[in-house]
Amino acid sequence: MTMTRGLGWEDARIPEQARLADGHPGARLDAIWEGEAGVRGWFSTVDHKVIGIRYIVTAFVFLVLGGLEALVMRVQLAGPDRHLLTPEAYNQLFTMHGLTMIFLYASPVLTGFSNYLWPLLLGSRDMAFPRLNAFSYWVYIASGLFLYSGFVVGHGPNDGWFNYVPFAQRAYSPGVNIDIYALGLILLGISTTAGAANFVVTFLRTRAPGMSINRVPIMVWGTLTASVANLLAVPSVSLAFFLLWLDRQFGTHFYDGSGGQPLLWQHLFWLFGHPWVYAIVLPAMGMVSDALPVFCRRPLVGYTAVALGTVGTMALGFGVWVHHMFATGIPNLGLALFSGASLVITIPSAVAVFAWTATLWTGRPVVTTAFLFFASMIILFVIGGVSGVMTASAAVDWQLTDTYFVVAHIHYVLIGINVFPVVGAIYYWFPKMTGRLLDERLGQWNFWVMFVGFNAGFLPMHTLGLLGMPRRIYAYPAGMGWDTQNLIVSLGSGMFAVGVLLLLVNVVVSLRRGRVAGADPWGAPTLEWSTPSPPPVYNFAVIPIVASRHPLWEDALDESDGRSRLTDGLLLDHGRETIGTSPLDGEPDLILELPGDSLAPVTLSGGMALLGIGATYRLWWLAAIGAGTIVVALADWYWPRRSHIGADMAIAHA
Amino acid sequence: MPDTLVLDRPLPIAEARYNSTAWLGVLCLIATEGSLFAYLLFSYAYAVAQHGADFLPTLRPSFAYSLPGSVVLVSSSFVAMWGERGIRADRRGQALVGLGGAAAMGALFVVLELLEWRSESFTLSSRAYGSFFFTITGFHMAHVVVGVACLTAVTAWSALGYFGPRRHAHVANAVTYWHFVDVVWVFVFTAFYLAPYIA
Ligand code: HEM
Repeated sequence: MTMTRGLGWEDARIPEQARLADGHPGARLDAIWEGEAGVRGWFSTVDHKVIGIRYIVTAFVFLVLGGLEALVMRVQLAGPDRHLLTPEAYNQLFTMHGLTMIFLYASPVLTGFSNYLWPLLLGSRDMAFPRLNAFSYWVYIASGLFLYSGFVVGHGPNDGWFNYVPFAQRAYSPGVNIDIYALGLILLGISTTAGAANFVVTFLRTRAPGMSINRVPIMVWGTLTASVANLLAVPSVSLAFFLLWLDRQFGTHFYDGSGGQPLLWQHLFWLFGHPWVYAIVLPAMGMVSDALPVFCRRPLVGYTAVALGTVGTMALGFGVWVHHMFATGIPNLGLALFSGASLVITIPSAVAVFAWTATLWTGRPVVTTAFLFFASMIILFVIGGVSGVMTASAAVDWQLTDTYFVVAHIHYVLIGINVFPVVGAIYYWFPKMTGRLLDERLGQWNFWVMFVGFNAGFLPMHTLGLLGMPRRIYAYPAGMGWDTQNLIVSLGSGMFAVGVLLLLVNVVVSLRRGRVAGADPWGAPTLEWSTPSPPPVYNFAVIPIVASRHPLWEDALDESDGRSRLTDGLLLDHGRETIGTSPLDGEPDLILELPGDSLAPVTLSGGMALLGIGATYRLWWLAAIGAGTIVVALADWYWPRRSHIGADMAIAHA
Repeated sequence: MPDTLVLDRPLPIAEARYNSTAWLGVLCLIATEGSLFAYLLFSYAYAVAQHGADFLPTLRPSFAYSLPGSVVLVSSSFVAMWGERGIRADRRGQALVGLGGAAAMGALFVVLELLEWRSESFTLSSRAYGSFFFTITGFHMAHVVVGVACLTAVTAWSALGYFGPRRHAHVANAVTYWHFVDVVWVFVFTAFYLAPYIA
């Protein structure tokens, strides 16, 4: 071990290399990385794996809540003239359902997977900013609770998830319903942005040595692309909501006719909306691109095309966005979200569909539950894509706007490209997270019930839409010719829900009784499978040195590039450390010191939540306490760490 | 390419320089906050475009406070840069004067801006123009306040000897953010003070 020493303080050193003896990592790493115990440890942990799993579990809680809201709506709509719900209750239900699914489930669940997986996929010991990671989780859950607080007491947001003005203005909606939505989404935006910045920097700096950018898994490309889009797009919606809140509470005139402009809302909302759609599908598509080939026993066909297609999707997304900015006075801007996005997404996504199909075609498929979810996603993707292209044609669009056709389309896109891959991903990565496999037999039931239920529930919505059934109606009269199909839709929805329930049952049962998985139950190619299941806190006892895109398949594929080194690599055990590498080639160029566990992130989130609650109910003293907490937490967070001070003092006094 | 990877040279331990992860984080912050200001200015431009000239107040904006304020703010960027150079060259006096001076100039800008606000003939809620004016300059001022807080913190930490030629990522971060705040002001100033004269 060589070290450049100042006066006893390190400021540079040659990273030590070590070989794992029989897979036993150094006890030293255990001691360095072990978190605090007890309640304090629970709140202070910055382990990306813990945070990732918390994200996934929380997102699933919201999926279940949103699902229950949907089921109540479907009970109401199962037959004509049913009046279980008042119109106001129905309004709150579809609004909460939409915003729960879009904001509190679809994006966070992917963030959860990426959080859990990224450092493992990249050969790192944690994310670039572990505390920021914890912070983004705590703010997410704070915003979720906040958004639900109004609904629980009967003041939930009630203007649809895209919350159009003027209806969202105070004159038409005097309660706190919309204020809660406004401030809740600003909180959530902070969480999303923090997470996005973390992914970008993690990608740029913490890949294992040798992992040049043509060797990162597609999932990483998906999340990276989504993150860049989020950094640029989220401020738009946060701003839209902030201005709305000012209009409602301080009498400003951003959206009213007297000098302001109601359409401004739609511009700001959809400027964000376009990239957001990609953000909730690209990482999921990435998961399919990485995991489907494992079950086809061959590498993905067209890696480069798919990676470029992923990034290209976002580039095109920004093109559409600009197009919207100039095309003022579009009356149906709202509808443009899913139709326009799908039209544009078709081109690069077609690349992905062809790549998956070719991989299936030329591979030797092993039909596991995970495989079924990934493969069926391709079919749903195509159906959702076709209905998207249909609504993208202006003439058809005018006919179908605000009908159930759009509801069908939304769900094929979101459930098809988000929910199905996510459930597949749970089957695939559950063994890594818990050390146990999910039950396959129950899994097959799980899949078929969900798949049949989903199609029974949502395919008829297309024809209902063509028959003229509008969306967002809380009841309809008999004799419109909609009755039978609505009943089928409701029954199918129920069946789909039972399918989701089977997943939860499988998780609970397998956690205790599932087959023990071992490090690599699927014979998969990427780095996460080289660690034990579940991985130790520090992920890798030695940081691997990567020589190809499929470090664990090199012998099988007979890679000519040489072999990755998985059992001897960089030790880095002077503290919580990982290697920093150059953005393109993955050349090691610094040793990154990672911070330890900390209560600052949860404190900071708490302060922000207080500020939000205070602002909603105009309790300014509470808001002031929140602001004070924020300042204290930030000071604690950024206070230069003692261990760092020595180096320069030593030099200064030398 | 493990054969071409060089693994046995000494590597710096992070937080020493611009390539620290934290600095890249600040760039992400700037990207997202820059977008925020772009959306703000877009909204303003959109409202002006929709309503035409009578959207603007009849009185042209005054330079009495805004011009000195701009000069102070923009030159503070250079002062901060000079202070940062002090840290890197291990001249603590220069660092304290530079960073502390930039913070003081930022504070002076806030005072000038508040005086300007007091002299306005419209309010936040009297008309749409006022809503945009106070919200956008207010957003910017909030960023100046945060920047002043950061500069003050790194000045204090420098005085305590926390930084030096090899450990000054905090300073680099604060100064980079400060440059951003100043650049944003150039856009805000152009939109509200210069554009009405040009149009
Ligand atoms: C059990 C599964 C689900 C059922 C039965 C269901 C059913 C419904 C129903 C009945 C509506 C209201 C239609 C209307 O009255 O206009 C709706 C709207 C919506 N759903 Fe779902 N849904 C389910 C899952 C999901 C998922 C997983 C997502 C997203 C990831 C989602 C996203 C949306 C959105 C964005 C809306 C529009 C809300 C609005 O109009 O503001 N849904 N869904």
